[in-house]
Amino acid sequence: MTRLYVARNPRVAARCFEGEMMIMSGRDSTLFTLNKTATILWQAADGATPLDEIVEHRICPEFEVEPSVALQDAETLARELASHEILQVSEQPISQKGPGDSR
Amino acid sequence: MSVNTGDPSFLRLLQDRYAGFVTQAKAAEVEFDVELVPAGPSADPDADVRVTSNHGRWQLTRGDFRAEWEPSSNHGWIRQSANPYSIDAVLRIVHTLVLARQGGFLLHSAGAIRNEKAFLFAGVSGAGKTTISRLAPPDAILLTDEISYVRKQDGHYIAFGTPFTGELAKLGENVSAPISALYLLAQGPENRIDPISPGEAARGLLANVLFFAEDDELVRAAFHSAFDFVNQIPVSRLTFVPDARVWELIG
Repeated sequence: MTRLYVARNPRVAARCFEGEMMIMSGRDSTLFTLNKTATILWQAADGATPLDEIVEHRICPEFEVEPSVALQDAETLARELASHEILQVSEQPISQKGPGDSR
Repeated sequence: MSVNTGDPSFLRLLQDRYAGFVTQAKAAEVEFDVELVPAGPSADPDADVRVTSNHGRWQLTRGDFRAEWEPSSNHGWIRQSANPYSIDAVLRIVHTLVLARQGGFLLHSAGAIRNEKAFLFAGVSGAGKTTISRLAPPDAILLTDEISYVRKQDGHYIAFGTPFTGELAKLGENVSAPISALYLLAQGPENRIDPISPGEAARGLLANVLFFAEDDELVRAAFHSAFDFVNQIPVSRLTFVPDARVWELIG
């Protein structure tokens, strides 16, 4: 099985505000509000932890869901966030460069 | 801002358009030389605007103008035909760039001062900015019916009048006051003010902040300024009929 790694895109601005994670694209200023699963994924996306470990340790404990199903959903979610340039997804660990921005 | 033009008729056009906001002050934070060119067939003011930074110079382009501005020298140029709309767009964009670094922003909102406090009414086109401005009572001083200028001074948010007009086509007054409230406009069957969640307030504000620059750092600055604003200023939803009694809820 190929492992996936996810990292926060350092080009976005992010803020957890009153429990809601909001992210603004540095490219076109589009605003995104993440749901609970996406927020967990975003916060855990350090580029070094494989996605399956994030699912096992961070997502599954929060939701009553089969790990295999959760992993499939998380992959779909990660790729969707990557399509908006919020996350980076790779089959290799991702080194985090740039200032980043998350408060 | 200082605008230099060698064309007397264009100068008069600007003086008329920005009457009340024109001074003879020598020093300006930003200075532009305007080069007037014939309107070309591709001069489309509805084309997408692009605002990019290259080695410390801002480049602004739209179908009907090109402009550059270098913050380090405070100097720039605008190339456009002799019309008021192009330079109006350039001035709005440059104000967003300047304000973003100062913790402020231009907001798509009407604004008025009442009892020495400023009230802002934000919404997209058709939300009612012009309508609520038109309904303002005589004691309300209109800051704008379209674009509010918000600056942070000594830790407080201040709203300033602007010459950027909407459908009312009436310039705001060149005055300012501390902001007391921001209302997100909605039209409905009765006049009422409803509380909204902090997240909704932040989203509502961000949706109405004018921002054009493709620049990570400035996007971050504007983004975090919006949250700072929401933490300081009460934000509510204002639903109105519309009729003049809505102003009984304001101030």
